[in-house]
Amino acid sequence: MRIFDPHIHMTSRTTDDYERMHAAGVRAVVEPAFWLGQPRTNVGSFTDYFDALVGWERFRAAQFGITHHCTIALNPKEANDPRCVGVLDVLERYLGKDGVVAVGEIGFDSMGEAEEEAFRRQLALAVEFALPAMVHTPHRDKEGGTARTLELVEESGIDPGMVVVDHLNELTVGPVDERGCWMGFSIYPDTKMDPQRMVRILQDRGTERVLVNSAADWGRSDPLLTRVTADAMLAAGFSDDDVDTVMWRNPVEFFGQSGRLLLDGESDGADLRSPATFEGNSVLRGEPVA
Amino acid sequence: MTDVRLLLPAADLRTALGADPSAALDDMLASVAAGTTTLARTFPAAARRTARGPFGDGDGHRIEDAVRVELIATAATDLGPEALLDELTLLYRHGDADEKRAVLHALAGIDDPRVDGSALLLDALRTNDVRLVAAAMGPHASRLSAHDWRHGVLKCLFVGVPLSAVADLRTRADDELVAMVGRFSDERRAAGRPVPDDARTVLAMSAPDPTATAPEG
Ligand SMILES: [Zn+2]
Repeated sequence: MRIFDPHIHMTSRTTDDYERMHAAGVRAVVEPAFWLGQPRTNVGSFTDYFDALVGWERFRAAQFGITHHCTIALNPKEANDPRCVGVLDVLERYLGKDGVVAVGEIGFDSMGEAEEEAFRRQLALAVEFALPAMVHTPHRDKEGGTARTLELVEESGIDPGMVVVDHLNELTVGPVDERGCWMGFSIYPDTKMDPQRMVRILQDRGTERVLVNSAADWGRSDPLLTRVTADAMLAAGFSDDDVDTVMWRNPVEFFGQSGRLLLDGESDGADLRSPATFEGNSVLRGEPVA
Repeated sequence: MTDVRLLLPAADLRTALGADPSAALDDMLASVAAGTTTLARTFPAAARRTARGPFGDGDGHRIEDAVRVELIATAATDLGPEALLDELTLLYRHGDADEKRAVLHALAGIDDPRVDGSALLLDALRTNDVRLVAAAMGPHASRLSAHDWRHGVLKCLFVGVPLSAVADLRTRADDELVAMVGRFSDERRAAGRPVPDDARTVLAMSAPDPTATAPEG
């Protein structure tokens, strides 16, 4: 089984996680730019973080046989902080890079004016750079936030097929589906969505335009819940092909719209990113492994 | 203008690229030369517009690195040494790991003493990305102080970069480097771990070739 986790914050996970993910079948990830768990205080804090997403984290993942991509944005939680909005002026630098497969996470946290302004500007950047947009939906008032999100998406003129609205549940999936956007579901150990509920949603509406992620970060979360969900799908009677659609082909199709995926054997046909080796030496913990 | 040696001969690179990617490269080179686009704009997209992957020459060169170095070499025909260093510093500062590595390879092809990219080399040597560490220890590392250069060599040993990536190793190795590698080897032995062959090679340099001139003071 091959798994592409389309939303996971690997910067806050350990190499043990990379090992366990690889053993579970994870071969590719997208790491959306988000906050740090506490507020940033300046723009430089963002650029160092973005540099890590297109540099060190990509290298670290490759050492475990996992292809790392990222999305870049000013996240909703910090979009209303005047110390942070200056980052909007440096985003363009990153949006042209290989492996940057979307503008995100953007969207609402507490639905303020500043958030809305940042959301608008970044949807416009997605259009300008011909990139998909990854939209976070708020944990508080998810229904209201999702409705307003869809209005802004429509206003922006972006193709709905270039938008994933994430962290959905039974109540918010309908309107997003109707609008033609992609639907993201974050499977958590105890809140948001769990594997059984995910399977029921897939039974209700099918596998088309659905992305399933672990959204694992520094909070209580589990990077293997993509695999648990895949197993739950099989147990509920879905075929291997259905599982491959949801866990691999859907994210490849969605993020492939960026033209920036770094998966082996894709795009130019050249041998793409060679995993974690320097002239044949596999390098872990900074030292050669026999 | 400032001279930048190509990473791979232009004809060999085009053979490796094939027709369409070669045309895309020539297109980018023409726009950079004509000033209708900037290096900052073409640099990030260079690999996906051409190709990426090992060149297969046994030296570990990569196609996308050679493409980017050629872009820099073209831009450099219009830039004095100071302006070129400014441009390289920006490309490096705002580059992803692949772009940074290409800048380091470009520096390796610049002999002009007025271009001193040692600050970029030192940044690369602070990382744990083996490809950046290796690229930093090319010919341009002649600009590093004896102290920084020795620590660069030691870092290569430590992270598993083959010392074949270190330019001028034989001429520049001194007693202090040999002593440092000796202590590194002692530590490995104490931990019951193998001493890398490359460390032994340095230890065998304890009697430096008297005809070689040590460039550092
Ligand atoms: Zn997230």
